[in-house]
Amino acid sequence: MKDFALLLESLVLTPARNAKIAHMVQYFKDAPDPDRGYALAVLTGAMSFKNVKSSFLKNVVLEKVDPVLFELSYDYVGDLAETIALIWPDKEEGELPSLSELVLELRDLPQKQLPALVATYLSRATASQRWAIIKLATGNLRVGVSERLAKTALAEFGKKPLDDIEHIWHGLQSPYLDLFAWLEGKGPIPEIHRHKVFHPMMLSNPVDEAKDFAGMNPADYQAEWKWDGIRVQLVLGEGETRIFSRTGEDITHSFPDLADTLKGTGVLDGELLVGADFKPMSFNSLQQRLNRRTVTAKMMGEFPSFVHSYDILFDGDEDVRGLPLSERRKRLEAWVMRYGNTRLDVSGIIPYQSWEELAKIRIQGAEEEGHEGIMLKRKDSAYVAGRPKGPWYKWKRDPRLIDAVLMYAQRGHGKRSSFYSDYTFGLWKGNEIVPIGKAYSGFTDQELVQLDKWVRNNTINRFGPVREVKKELVFEVAFDSAQQSARHKSGVALRFPRINRIRWDKPANEADVLENLNQFFN
Amino acid sequence: MSLLRHDLYIGPIGAYIDPPFPVKKALITHGHADHARAGHDSVLATHEAVGIIKRRYGEDAAKHYQGVAYGEKVQMGEVAATFYPAGHILGSAQILLECKNQRIVVSGDYKRRSDGTTVPFEPIKCDIFVTEATFGLPVFQHPDAHAEISKLLISVKNFPERSHLIAAYSLGKAQRVIKLLRLAGYDAPIYLHGSMINMCAFYQENGVDLGDLRKATGLPKGALKGQIVIAPPSATKEVWARRMDDPVICMASGWMTIKQRAKASGVELPLMISDHADWNELITTIPETGAGEIWVTHGREDALVHWCQTQGLKAAPLHIQGREDEQAEDAA
Repeated sequence: MKDFALLLESLVLTPARNAKIAHMVQYFKDAPDPDRGYALAVLTGAMSFKNVKSSFLKNVVLEKVDPVLFELSYDYVGDLAETIALIWPDKEEGELPSLSELVLELRDLPQKQLPALVATYLSRATASQRWAIIKLATGNLRVGVSERLAKTALAEFGKKPLDDIEHIWHGLQSPYLDLFAWLEGKGPIPEIHRHKVFHPMMLSNPVDEAKDFAGMNPADYQAEWKWDGIRVQLVLGEGETRIFSRTGEDITHSFPDLADTLKGTGVLDGELLVGADFKPMSFNSLQQRLNRRTVTAKMMGEFPSFVHSYDILFDGDEDVRGLPLSERRKRLEAWVMRYGNTRLDVSGIIPYQSWEELAKIRIQGAEEEGHEGIMLKRKDSAYVAGRPKGPWYKWKRDPRLIDAVLMYAQRGHGKRSSFYSDYTFGLWKGNEIVPIGKAYSGFTDQELVQLDKWVRNNTINRFGPVREVKKELVFEVAFDSAQQSARHKSGVALRFPRINRIRWDKPANEADVLENLNQFFN
Repeated sequence: MSLLRHDLYIGPIGAYIDPPFPVKKALITHGHADHARAGHDSVLATHEAVGIIKRRYGEDAAKHYQGVAYGEKVQMGEVAATFYPAGHILGSAQILLECKNQRIVVSGDYKRRSDGTTVPFEPIKCDIFVTEATFGLPVFQHPDAHAEISKLLISVKNFPERSHLIAAYSLGKAQRVIKLLRLAGYDAPIYLHGSMINMCAFYQENGVDLGDLRKATGLPKGALKGQIVIAPPSATKEVWARRMDDPVICMASGWMTIKQRAKASGVELPLMISDHADWNELITTIPETGAGEIWVTHGREDALVHWCQTQGLKAAPLHIQGREDEQAEDAA
């Protein structure tokens, strides 16, 4: 556990990607089996524990620490695990378990025993070790390592192609003894069963109109509408039907109305939406169906789910990811035709000749049908996991803009914990300003420092962690869409609001009025 | 008329303590920029603090200076002021104000651990104690500074091909780190950013032996391999730092307690060395002063005010303008 704690600390403190990889490679070399396998599972998020809640640990702390002092500390530190680690009031002598011991205890011990055991370990550890144990036991690592980066370290450790690791990854089990044996040249590449596993998705990059189009030939790219739903992978066959989200989470149980109708064998990529007759309803409607434990018949009747498919990874048992998109498209159309699914169709291709023409189509689609944008995919592109630059682009419609007034600010979390980086802004309604949303992004680090300073110097009220500021600073807020919402005081909800520009120059009385949002409702 | 207002204005004599704007009469606790600014008519401070102000801002930073020794009482009409050691940096002081039967102590910034570069803090009995609260949250429990220096020396040994670039505020923290290294037996030359040299020389002139100090500039390529270099935090992010060989960026500050904070500053090796009292020291000092009323300034006031109230003490936060700036945090 001590070595793993050191690894986590190095990872969180090392900003450079290559240095992070070096730390992980070194750990994979030094740590024994099965410790390193469990470490890998934890780093990639393949294994996480929720049996110990940080709220439990917090309560242990609160038996001895004043709750007000705890809350103020948490607000300042911005990370619950770290706050508990630093403020932990108990000390005792004793050994810490190895990583494997701890992981197995977290996995296998009755839930009742765990919190007390973890509390004992915390009392034996240093502040840094406590931080690592809490991160591990509560399943929230946040050390700046993505699944992809951990796999990159594995590839470097074993001198094997990253793609090989990606292909087998979702069929592997912790503690990955077969994987490490292969990486160290002591065993064969592990075999996996494709019908049961998620295959990492291919993702797109935003297109930079000014730079990218110059080097792109319209004839090389297939254009499709960018659907405003959730990206899914359908894994079908051998009596199994699985719907995975883009992160590989199995969400089949949330969409029984769709899952029960799916026939065929293969792996398809597409967009899950709600609506009847393949006519998508708003994202807001889709949200009614997400993250629910139980799905009622009423829900399914009101918001029936379906899939616009746009790619095929396995045609039957055949891996077609290496084929060019143009070939995969033919396979996909034939596949869909063959099985005649009632809730699965193929996302259409938009015909166009030039970028100018497509630009017009994009604007028209946004205005008339509320399309989010257009996808551009190279016709000769293979299906590659990850986000390679070049083959796939998303061309989002221009964001909507509104000038709003900063009202409240709160400290951020993680690396922004010392800055006031979470902003609530509002619009004029008569003589008052009503809040319409919050934004945490869109500004540079340098602007963040200026904003933080502005907030500190213009605070008029403090409500716990929240500072109310003078209603003087105007943000040009960009957002993707606006919806009427009964849940919000202002009656509107913005989708993905971010700060487009800080209008240091603009007086607050020239900010927009609430009615100006009406034009953006779908 | 009250002896001291919440903006640290001493009514009966028309003077301010550590004013953030130019005034006629200023009593200054110590030489850090957020306490000592140029442009006052007259300045009353310890001899060392006066020396620091002159070195940093020039002889004409104020029109008149009056230097005092620790413990020397200065009578100004009905008010007497005495400067006592605060242990924060060279020449740093707490200021005791006495008027009729009332005693008020303004702590300035202070630290309770002795470090070989300052005269140690002593608690002064008073009715009102104006305390700093830079690390006024129970998450701040500074470890032993000597252990942090060992951590640094181990890293220096493990990475002989890399320079160790320590970000440390040029007044106070830099000299403390150097002194700690010397006390740990490190007697190799320590290399300095140009902006540090002046203050290190001032410390040496005042009897603080810092050993062999050299300029980090103008050296042949590779000369800083395996060496310790000290620079102000801002310089570690600038072109200046590129002369180093793949430097391990270290930072000596109480803020390094918080990992995300270290991470945000791009620090690879955080050194939790602070020139301020940590939480436990703040809450042991307050009862030692015997004060029934506590004013809290300079940092995380809310928690300390709350703590005082739970102890049955009268307490109020002072939100003094211009005190929440980055420089104050660098110096911590």
